[in-house]
Amino acid sequence: MKKLNKNSLDGFINYGIVIVAFAVIQTAVGMGKMSNILQSLLVPACCYIVMAVSLNLTVGILGELSLGHAGFMSLGAFAGITASVLLQSAIPVGPLRLAVSMLVGAAFGALGGVIVGVPVLRLQGDYLAIVTLAFGQIIQNIIMVLYVGVDENGFHMAAGSEQFHLSAGGTAIIKGPMGAVGVTKLASFTAGFVLILITLLVVQNLVNSRSGRAIMALRDNRIAAESVGINVTKYKLMAFVTSAALAGAAGALWGLNYSSTVASKFNFNTSILVLVFVVLGGLGSIRGSIIAAALLYVLPDLLRQFGDISDYRMLIYAIILILVMLATNNDRLKDLVGRVIPKRKGAASNG
Amino acid sequence: MKKKNLAALLMAGAMCMSLLAGCSAKDESSQPSASQPAGQENQNGGVVTIKVGGIGPTTGNNAQYGTATQWGAEIAVEEINALGGPIKFDFKYEDDTGAADTAVAAYNSLKDWAKDAPLVIYGCTTTTPCVAVAAETYSDRYFQLTPSASSPDVTANKDNTFQMCFTDPGQGSAAAEYLKSSGLGTKIGVIYNNGDAYSTGIADAFIAHAKEIGLDVVATSTYPEDTTTDYTVQLNACKDAGADLVFLPIYYTPASLILAQAKQMNYAPIFFGGDGMDGMLDMDGFDKSLAEGLLLMTPFNASGTDERTKTFVETYQAAHGILPNQFAADGYDCMYAIYEACCQIDGIADMDHAQLCDALIALFTGGDFSVDGLTGTGMKWLTTGEISKAPVVVKVENGGYVTQ
Repeated sequence: MKKLNKNSLDGFINYGIVIVAFAVIQTAVGMGKMSNILQSLLVPACCYIVMAVSLNLTVGILGELSLGHAGFMSLGAFAGITASVLLQSAIPVGPLRLAVSMLVGAAFGALGGVIVGVPVLRLQGDYLAIVTLAFGQIIQNIIMVLYVGVDENGFHMAAGSEQFHLSAGGTAIIKGPMGAVGVTKLASFTAGFVLILITLLVVQNLVNSRSGRAIMALRDNRIAAESVGINVTKYKLMAFVTSAALAGAAGALWGLNYSSTVASKFNFNTSILVLVFVVLGGLGSIRGSIIAAALLYVLPDLLRQFGDISDYRMLIYAIILILVMLATNNDRLKDLVGRVIPKRKGAASNG
Repeated sequence: MKKKNLAALLMAGAMCMSLLAGCSAKDESSQPSASQPAGQENQNGGVVTIKVGGIGPTTGNNAQYGTATQWGAEIAVEEINALGGPIKFDFKYEDDTGAADTAVAAYNSLKDWAKDAPLVIYGCTTTTPCVAVAAETYSDRYFQLTPSASSPDVTANKDNTFQMCFTDPGQGSAAAEYLKSSGLGTKIGVIYNNGDAYSTGIADAFIAHAKEIGLDVVATSTYPEDTTTDYTVQLNACKDAGADLVFLPIYYTPASLILAQAKQMNYAPIFFGGDGMDGMLDMDGFDKSLAEGLLLMTPFNASGTDERTKTFVETYQAAHGILPNQFAADGYDCMYAIYEACCQIDGIADMDHAQLCDALIALFTGGDFSVDGLTGTGMKWLTTGEISKAPVVVKVENGGYVTQ
C-alpha cells in the first residue's frame, strides 16, 4: 500500500485545522454564543493569517527577509476597493463582486511583486530587506497623493487634488490622505475562510512541488543549487510573486471589510507585525503561521474584557510576545516537551 | 546560558501575572453597578441609567487627543451623575489606537459591555476610525456623537451620526472668510500635512475658497506626517514667496516646531491656525513666547471667565495637572448634549438602543433642540449631522487667549 507522504499528511492536517475551526466558529455564531468583539475580529484575523502564510513563503521557504509585505496588502486593498466600486452596476451580487475584487487585488499584488522582484531579487540578505522596506514606504506615499474617482465621463485618476476634477454626480473612490471612504462592506467570514483554504492550497502545493524543492535548495545553499542548474532568478521570483499576490488578495478582503481605509494603515509597523507572526509561529512552518497570526491578532482586543487591566493591554501584549519568544527558544523547555511527546520529527534519524 | 533564559522566562511570567492579579481585584470592587440593567434601577429609584461608550486613541501617535476627549467627558459624566436628575450615565472608554480596525473592535467590545442595556456611542476622536465605526453604528442602529472627527465623510449618508466640532471644509472656508474681512495678510502661505485627512480637508477648502474670494495664496507646501521634525524647507518656501501670513491647518505638536524653526530663521509672518492648534500653550517645555501673536480658530477658550468654564478648567486641572483644550471641552459638551436630549425623551426607561437612537435622531434634527456648552451657546444640529455654532478667532497674548 502506498504510504502517505509526510509532507502531504502535514498539509492535510492544516486543512483539517482550518475547516474544523471554521465549523466550530460558525456553529458558535449561529447559536449566539459568540461575543460581538470576537465576531468583529474574524475577518481581519483571516486577512492576517493569509498575510502570515504568504510572508512565510518568502521568509521561511525562500529564505529572503522581506520588510514590505504590507505594501502588497495596500496595493490589493485599494485595487480591490476601486474594482468593487467600478463593478457595482455590472455585478450586483455581493459575494461575486467580492471574489472579483479579490482577484483584482491579487493581480495588483502580483504586479507589484514583479516590479519589485525583478530588479531586487538580484540582491541578497540585508540589501533585499532594505529595498522591500523602501517599497512599502513608496506605495504608502503614492497612495497618499492618489485621487481616483468615476463619473459619467469615465474613470479619473490624478496625483494631487488640484488635477482631480469630478463632475457633480461622480463618486470619489480614493481621496489621497483621506483614503477610501464610504466603502460598501462586502467581506464575510466565509470569504476569509475560502481565501485561507486557497492560500494553503497554493502555498502547500508549491512547496511540495519540483519548484518548491528548487526554492528550498536556493535557501539552503545558493551556490550548490546554482551549480546543479537551478535558475535562481526564476524560482526566487516565483515564490516572491506568489507571496505578493496572496497578500494582495488579503488586502482586498481587508479593504472591503471597513467603511474607511487609509494608506497609513499599511505602514512599516504592519509589515513588522506580520513578520512577528511568522517568526513566532516558526520560520517555514505554515501551521505555526496560522496559529500565531490568529492568536496574536485577537489577543490585544480580547484583553479589553478584563476591566481595568485593559489600560495595560498593549504592555501585556508585548510581554506575552517576549514570553513566547523566550519559551520557543528555551532548550530546557524543549527537552521537557520532547520527553512528554517522544519521537517526533528527527527522532528517526537519531536512532 | 540556559539557566539565564529560564530565569528570564520566569521573571517575565511573574510580571505578567502580577499585573493581571493586581488589576482584576481592583476591577471587581470599583464597578459594582456596571452589570445592572437599566430597567431595574428605574424601578428602584426612578432614575434611568444610559450606557455611554466612548472610543478614541489613548495609545499611539494621537493619544493626547483621545485622552483629552476621554477626560473631558469623564468630568461631565461625574457632574451629571451628581446632579440627581432623571438620567444617569454609565461611562466606559475604549482605546482605538487611531486605526479603523481597532476602532471597530473597540465598538464591538462596547456592545458586549452594554449587553441589552441602551447604549449611546461617543466618538471617535479622529476621522478615519470614526467613519468606520459610523458605518457599523448606522447598520446596527446606535446613536453616535463625535467630539472631534471633523470630516464630512463621518456624517455622510448616515442619519445616526452627529458632530460636536466644525467640519474641515467649513473651517477652511470660515478661515478664508475671516482673513478677507479682517484684512490680515496680503500674501498667504499654507503649510499642511498631506498625510492627514483633517489637515488636507481644511487646507483644500481654504485654498479653494481663498481663490473664489480673491485672496492671494502665494505658497503651498506640505509634509507627510506629524512625526516630521524639520520644517525649514516648508518655511523657506513661504519665506521665498514673500508670504506675510502663514496658514497652518495642523495639530499643535508639529505647529510648535514650525513656530520655533521660523524664529530661528528670523521669519516672522502672522501665523494663523485651526482648532487643532488649541493645546499648544500647555505643552511640556513649550516656550510660550513663540506663540505670541498667533491667531487660531477655536471654539473653546480655557481662560474664559464664565462660571461653567472656570469650574471645568479647575476640575480638569486638579484631576490631570494640565489645562483642558478644545478636545476636552468638546467631549464635555457631548455628554451634556446627550444628557439634555435624553431628559426630553418620554418613556426612555423601556427603550432599547435602536428606539433610543431613533428618538435621539428625531430630537437632534427636530430644530427645537439646542444645547449650551463650553464651546458655544445655542448649539444646534443640521439634518446632515453637522453642528451649527459660530466660529471664534482668538489671539495669543501674554500666554493666554484673547478673543478677536
